Amino acid sequence: MRKVIIALGSAGVIGLAGFWALTAPKHLPDTDLAGVSGSADAGRAVFLAGGCASCHKAPGPDADPLVLTGGRAFATEFGTFHAPNISTDPEHGIGTWTFAQFANAVMRGIAPDGAHYYPAFPYAAYGKAQVQDIADLYAYMQTLPANATPDVAHDLAFPFTVRRGLGLWKALFVSDDWVIAGDLTEQQTRGRYLVEALAHCAECHTPRNALGGLEVASWMQGAPNPSGRGRIPAIAGADFKWTEFDISAYLETGFTPQFDVVGGSMADVVQSLKELEKTDLDAIAAYIAALPD
Amino acid sequence: MTITKLIGASALTLALALPALAQDNPAVGARQGQFKIYLQNFGVLGGMAQGRMDYDAATAQTAADNMFHITRLDQTSMWPAGTDSMSIDGTRAKPEIWENLDDFVAKYVALQTAVVALQAAAGTGLDGMRAAVGPVGAACQACHQSYRDEAS
Repeated sequence: MRKVIIALGSAGVIGLAGFWALTAPKHLPDTDLAGVSGSADAGRAVFLAGGCASCHKAPGPDADPLVLTGGRAFATEFGTFHAPNISTDPEHGIGTWTFAQFANAVMRGIAPDGAHYYPAFPYAAYGKAQVQDIADLYAYMQTLPANATPDVAHDLAFPFTVRRGLGLWKALFVSDDWVIAGDLTEQQTRGRYLVEALAHCAECHTPRNALGGLEVASWMQGAPNPSGRGRIPAIAGADFKWTEFDISAYLETGFTPQFDVVGGSMADVVQSLKELEKTDLDAIAAYIAALPD
Repeated sequence: MTITKLIGASALTLALALPALAQDNPAVGARQGQFKIYLQNFGVLGGMAQGRMDYDAATAQTAADNMFHITRLDQTSMWPAGTDSMSIDGTRAKPEIWENLDDFVAKYVALQTAVVALQAAAGTGLDGMRAAVGPVGAACQACHQSYRDEAS
């Protein structure tokens, strides 16, 4: 009996050690960040394409998209997440963060203290971005106003309260590979970068499995609205008939081909994307229109 | 209990358990119908603004005139209580409409105002019309963001 207990105990220790190793934060290599310096002017487009304001501006329909107070609530089946303040406020925002801390947060989902962020923050997409773009974004966000709104804690149930476990989630669901591989035109390749890395369209438009990982086999084929009401529409598949013109015009003007106006959470997305160069909207459209059924 | 009474009771229970359907309520059909006619005409102007079709002053003016008249229809009978999306199927009208009727009306008045400007600009040339289409879309959006459920 005693041997059994020791054996079980040893297995437990090994299991714990394994869990600890598997779930350790995996930072960006220093060599990726060395010598990179950003341009605030170039960073504005990254900020708009990345949709930062959609989640991090204040709650309410008329919130200023450049004041990143946080405070919006996102109800999911795992609990309710509250977007944090990412303004330049040194105490309540991220005003004191170094570029390395910022890049690891955005591209690896790791807080300055080493904790994992929840994937409500779309670092699985942002991790595919170019470091130069994230440096430009960092420079741009330094120019935005400070705001002293304190963060609201997430409201989650056990075991989702154990952040360490998110290391496993990352090991399972974060990949460096593009979802759509193969021969793409130059325009489609640019569109893929915008869609899969910066604009993180799949986070809402692709269904998730029981653990909250994206069902890549159903890429962009629509999903239940995490808020529980309605569905996020498919932007790929046999039932999606929009042309490249339709998609680009929608992102530029907010009108569907039937001239209904963009609504719901997509309204904030269009508010940001419409500011991009038309060539980038056309690139997004070229990528979306080419998605497999 | 006779068999007839039993069937009657079951039928009543069933009727109460099923949500009422929007098409059963003529007010819901009427209000959705006016938005469909509105959209049919707005699509003409939007199509010209986006370059899907060539601008034509007379066609644009006709569409804007139609929109003016549609947005002047009296709404009193079209929004009876109990026809929200939590109470019945087949509508995206949120219950918040009935909780904030003053704001709902204000947003409708904003649409009327934007359509008056569009009616004045529609026949004057492509650029003028295009500039007036944006505020109309913004008025649609302002109301939808607060009072229309996302599509299911």
